[in-house]
Amino acid sequence: MDILYLLIPLSAVLVLGILGVFAWALNGGQFDDLEQHGEQILDAAVDSFDKHQDA
Amino acid sequence: MAGNAQTSPQLDYSDDAVRGFALAAVVWGVVGMLVGVVIAAQLAFPDLTYGIPWLSYGRLRPLHTNAVIFAFGGCALMATSFHVVQRTCQTRLFMPKLAMFVFAGWQLVIVAAAVTLPLGITQGKEYAELEWPIDILIAIVWVAYAIVFFGTIGIRKVRHIYVANWFFGAFIIAVALLHIVNSAAMPVSFWKSYSAYAGVQDAMVQWWYGHNAVGFFLTAGFLGMMYYYIPKQAERPVYSYRLSIVHFWALIFTYMWAGPHHLHYTALPDWAQSVGMIFSLVLLAPSWGGMINGMMTLSGAWHKLRDDPILKFLIVSLSFYGMSTFEGPMMSIKTVNALSHYTDWTIGHVHSGALGWVGFVSMGSLYYLIPRMFGRKEMHSVPAINLHFWIATFGIVLYIAAMWIAGVMQGLMWRALNADGTLVYTFVESVKATWPFYVVRLVGGLLYLSGMLVMAWNVVMTIRSGRAVPSPIPRLVMA
Repeated sequence: MDILYLLIPLSAVLVLGILGVFAWALNGGQFDDLEQHGEQILDAAVDSFDKHQDA
Repeated sequence: MAGNAQTSPQLDYSDDAVRGFALAAVVWGVVGMLVGVVIAAQLAFPDLTYGIPWLSYGRLRPLHTNAVIFAFGGCALMATSFHVVQRTCQTRLFMPKLAMFVFAGWQLVIVAAAVTLPLGITQGKEYAELEWPIDILIAIVWVAYAIVFFGTIGIRKVRHIYVANWFFGAFIIAVALLHIVNSAAMPVSFWKSYSAYAGVQDAMVQWWYGHNAVGFFLTAGFLGMMYYYIPKQAERPVYSYRLSIVHFWALIFTYMWAGPHHLHYTALPDWAQSVGMIFSLVLLAPSWGGMINGMMTLSGAWHKLRDDPILKFLIVSLSFYGMSTFEGPMMSIKTVNALSHYTDWTIGHVHSGALGWVGFVSMGSLYYLIPRMFGRKEMHSVPAINLHFWIATFGIVLYIAAMWIAGVMQGLMWRALNADGTLVYTFVESVKATWPFYVVRLVGGLLYLSGMLVMAWNVVMTIRSGRAVPSPIPRLVMA
C-alpha cells in the first residue's frame, strides 16, 4: 500500500496548514464578537443598492 | 438611497464575470441535464442511438457528469462566490480582468470536455476523465480563480471574513490540491496519458479525490452559497453564527478521510476501509449541524415559505442535504455497503444530493442573483419559479424512489443463493427486473429537465427587459 507514503505525509501537512489558518484567524480577531456578523450582511448600509433596485 | 448617479467605475462592484457565470450556469444546466436524460433513455432503450460511437452510453455518461458538476455546478459556484465575496468584503474584485480570464478559461475547459469526451478521449477516472492538456488548462484557470477570490479577501474593507467566504475558500483550495494530485499522469501523446498511480493505489487516490470532490466541490462550495443567499432571501441572519463557524471547521476536517467508503470489500486494506467508514459516520454530525443552522434561519418566519418559491428552493435543498448526509453515512457502513455497492441505490443517493441539494440551492441562489445583476428586483415571472419548484421536486421523488427500489432489489437478487450455494439469479435477470425502474427514472429526469427549461425561459425574459446596471459599493460611496 505504497500510496500511503504520499497520502499520510500529505494529510499531515494539510492538517498543519489547517491549524495554521485557524491560528491566524483566531489571532486576527475573526472569532471576536460573533453574533453581530450574521446581521451585518443584511445591513442596509451594506446592500442599499440591491435593496432599492427597481426595474 | 440611490447613491450618486455619477459613481465612477472604481466605486462599483465588478459584476461582469458574475453575470457571465450566472447565465452560463443556466445554459450548462440545460445541456448537462439533457445529456442525463439521453443516457437514462439509453439504459431503458439501448438501441436509441443506433450504435453511433460518439453517442454511445460509455462516452455520454462522463459528458453528463462533467457537465452537471463542473459546467453547471462550477459556473454557479464561480458566479456566486464572486458576487458574495465582493458584497461581504465591501470591495471590488481583485483584478477584475483576471476574473474575466477565469470566465473565458472555464468556458474553454467545458467546450473541450464537450468535444473530447464523445470522441472517447478519456483518462478513465471518474469525475477526472479529461485528458492531460485540459487538466493543465484547469490548473491554470483554477490558480487564477484563487488569486481573484483570495485577493479580494486580502483587500477587504470589512475586517471580519463572513462565514460563506470560508466555505468558498476551502472549496477552492481543496479542489486545487485534489485536482493536481489525482490528475498526475505521464503523457504519451497529445491526447493520451497514463495515470501516475496504478492498481489499488490508483483506486485509493481516485476515491480520496472522488469523495473530496463531493465534499468540497459539491458540499463546502454550495454551503457557502447557502449561508449567504438564505439569510438574504429570508431577510434574517443565520440562526447561529457561532454554529456556522464550528460547522465549517468540523466539516472540512472530517471530509478528507471518508474516501475509502467507495472501496469496501475491494483490495484496499481492511483498516483503510474502516477509517473511511468511521469518518463517514462522524460526518453526519457536522453536516446536520449545518442543515439545522440553515433551516432554523427561518425560525419565526416559516410563513414566508408559503409565498416565496425562492425560499422553497433554498430550504428544500437543505432537506435533501440532510437526507443525503444521513443516507451516505448509512451506506458507508460495511454491511450496508455489501448490499448497496454497484447497485442503483448508489445512483439514487448521488441524485438526491445532486438534484435535491446542489441543484436546488443553485437554482434558488441564481433566482435571487440574476434579476439583481440586470437591474431588477425579481425574476420576470414568480409563478414560473413556483412551477419549476413543483415539477422539479416531483421529478426528484420519482427518480430517487425508482433507484432505491431498483438498488435494493439488485443487491438482494445478486446475493440470493440456493441451498447448494449456487446463485439463484443470473446477472441479466437482474437487468431485466430493473427495466421498469429505468423507465420511471427517465420520467423523473425528464421532469427535472423540464423545470430547468422553465428556468431558462424565465431567465431570458428577465434579462431581455433588464439592463446590466453598475452597483455602487455602499461603504465607499457613502464614506
